[in-house]
Amino acid sequence: MKDWRYWLAEQRGTLLAFGIFVAMFILYTSNHQAGFTANVVQTASNKGVLLAFVAMDQTLVVITAGIDLSVGMIFLLTNCVASWLVVGSPVETAFGVVVVLAVGLLCGALNGAIVIYGRLQPIVATIATGAIFFGIALLLRPFPGGSVNERLADALTGRLFGFLPASLVALLAVVLVVWVPFSRSVYGRAAYAAGSSETAAYMSGVPIRRGKFAAYVLAGLLSAIGGLFLTFFTYTGDAAFASGNAYTLFSIAAVVLGGVSLFGGRGSAIGAIFGALAFRTIGDLLFVFDFDPLWQPLFQGVILLVAVSLGAFALFRVRNRLEWFL
Amino acid sequence: MDGAVPLFRMEGVSKRYGGVRALEKAELSVMPGRIHAILGENGAGKSTLIKIMAGVVAPDEGTMTMQGRAVTFSSPAAANDAGIVCIFQELSLIPELSVADNIIISNPPTRFGMIDRRAQRRLAEAALARAGASDIHPSALVKDLPLSRRQMVEIAKALARKPRILILDEATSALTAADVAKVFAVLKRLREEGLALLYISHRMHEIAELADECTVFRNGRNVATYAAGTKTDNEVVELMIGREYSHIFPPKTPLPSSDRPAVLECRNLGWTDRLNDISFSVRAGEVVGLGGLDGQGQRELLLACFGVLRGLTGQMLVDGKPVALGSPADAKADKVGMALIPEDRKTEGLMLPMTVRENLSFAALDRLSRGGIVDRNAEQAMIDDMIKLLAIKTAGLDIPVGALSGGNQQKVVIAKWLMRQPRIILLNDPTRGIDVGTKQEIYQLLRKLADAGAAIVFYSTDYDELVGCCDRVLVLYDGAVKRELVGPEITEHALIASALNIQDDNAGMKQGAHA
Repeated sequence: MKDWRYWLAEQRGTLLAFGIFVAMFILYTSNHQAGFTANVVQTASNKGVLLAFVAMDQTLVVITAGIDLSVGMIFLLTNCVASWLVVGSPVETAFGVVVVLAVGLLCGALNGAIVIYGRLQPIVATIATGAIFFGIALLLRPFPGGSVNERLADALTGRLFGFLPASLVALLAVVLVVWVPFSRSVYGRAAYAAGSSETAAYMSGVPIRRGKFAAYVLAGLLSAIGGLFLTFFTYTGDAAFASGNAYTLFSIAAVVLGGVSLFGGRGSAIGAIFGALAFRTIGDLLFVFDFDPLWQPLFQGVILLVAVSLGAFALFRVRNRLEWFL
Repeated sequence: MDGAVPLFRMEGVSKRYGGVRALEKAELSVMPGRIHAILGENGAGKSTLIKIMAGVVAPDEGTMTMQGRAVTFSSPAAANDAGIVCIFQELSLIPELSVADNIIISNPPTRFGMIDRRAQRRLAEAALARAGASDIHPSALVKDLPLSRRQMVEIAKALARKPRILILDEATSALTAADVAKVFAVLKRLREEGLALLYISHRMHEIAELADECTVFRNGRNVATYAAGTKTDNEVVELMIGREYSHIFPPKTPLPSSDRPAVLECRNLGWTDRLNDISFSVRAGEVVGLGGLDGQGQRELLLACFGVLRGLTGQMLVDGKPVALGSPADAKADKVGMALIPEDRKTEGLMLPMTVRENLSFAALDRLSRGGIVDRNAEQAMIDDMIKLLAIKTAGLDIPVGALSGGNQQKVVIAKWLMRQPRIILLNDPTRGIDVGTKQEIYQLLRKLADAGAAIVFYSTDYDELVGCCDRVLVLYDGAVKRELVGPEITEHALIASALNIQDDNAGMKQGAHA
């Protein structure tokens, strides 16, 4: 086989998610009253990047064959922290941003420490820590409120050069600064290896624990960036339980749409980002078709099921039934 | 040898697992520039010895020194750093990563903190070439490679780590004959380069070809160390099992007359490009072997018979009546009565964390239950029979089957199918990585089952077994039956010659040389 075919096989999940997203987005904008305008793209991008950041968090953990059910709560907690601290003079605002990101790192580190060094199962550990994060968020913001540095907020949710959504540029920057270095680093490789076969990774002398820990910590950071952007969009902090839970579940949907294997060891955050953008667009499709918003969850669920089934088509081609179970 | 300084030395090393003594005051000296073979039955302490050297388990007592300096290894990584690299029998490759990723996994080349993919690719290609496996693409995912290719990747990976001591644990058991020749050439070159090699194998002819010295382990102790070639195979085997070792293969029963009807018959079987127009039949009481180089379609043929492959062309007949088997469940149904002892007992044969009892009754649950409820008395009676018939050594029926030794695990896999009293038994290399004693028991069992009327199809990568066990052997090449050997025609020479049917004479010579 030629090199490019191996590349294609490796990127299949990402490309599929990209394809779904493009198809959905064309469908969306072509039926939108305003059409394909800078405004429509900006709004879509602002909604999409929130889920994209949270889905990147989920990707990092899922690659290690874990799952993070606390993503939505880290997202809420950092939103509430930001609504207190990301205000005032540029220096104060910068300090606030650093604190918010540090909170995310800490949340991720706590998850990682419990799962890796405490040897608890990720699903149990993150349900528990998620509840803790939500509890703190609720103490910080018993009622929706607070504020944010509006100049920074407007800059990051507005447009560059009149057409480029700033939030999309921020997402790209995070990919370049966080995801690309991680996925190509030794620790990133170790995270993949541990997710694929932890025993083999251990036998090969791979730094499994540090690799997985790095994945969890960076995951927390990504959710914190998401929480920061939530604050920029809403100008408030709100410990909304239902919203946190929805983000957690949607992040898993986005990851699956993005071709990341829930068994670990395979997939990329780029795929998950397209998964997240596609999933968001699907949710918005109903509005342009003038459906009752009550249909949205049902519709999203059906589309998700169909999309995931696309990935299973390969099973029809399997000639050796034993490969069904691989 | 007396004056030379050992590169690695182990003294008085012991290891217990619970109440079991795995290693008892073991001694071993490893010299640079030599290949040192370790022999012993499974459970003799070889695996524990290797695991201690490779830093996987810590010894309870004893000392290890490298070039006279005391060492301890807290992890495989620590052993690697000291220059000890082990190629394990259970593969240590990461399935979702590419070949190049795997080869370079321990210390990838980095630039600005990131893995330098181009350098990685170069190193991986060099390592593959050094292992004689340039046919493997560095970008292929390991999980897409067949077992024999993975083993070559494993060897390339070990070489890429620049070991001073290389441990090979049954490293050739999954390889094709052509690969074995390549690997041997590599090992001999490494010996000349001054590496110390520890070579663990059950294949006597490999040890005869490679080893400079041999150490025999029995019951956790090293019972003898001798220069290679100073003992006959029989003497060595006696040292290993500690008892008189004569008739390894049971006598064959005279062939049933050809007019006896075939129990299983395949006509013109074909499947993708892997099976090509295969026709054969097996009569009751007959052991039919599948021979040939590894990977010529033998496994696919067994899977096809067992209803695992889709899109099969041709016809299968059981008792002269055409059958269409859509799954293993169809194949094991009473009117067909087929059983397949799979290749990999750990993934296809057993549920390792479940108990011996549960594993034994899985295949026969439908027979042991009434109205969906398992009849525990009937189950117990049948399990007792099986434990006795196969002499399975286990501390109890309710311990996880994963706690048994490899040989006993394999017996459980066989027993699980015998609980259905199958009429057609397919075996896929059932003695791989199993000690001599258990192998012998399996040979006798096969003959006993055939005498009781079972039709047996037996694939083995070990030509000795085919010679010793089979009434007929079909030699496969490239998915087709190239030759059928009957009765006295089945000799190691004939098997090898027909296996290499299309190969050039050189390959044939090499094969003959170490057969």
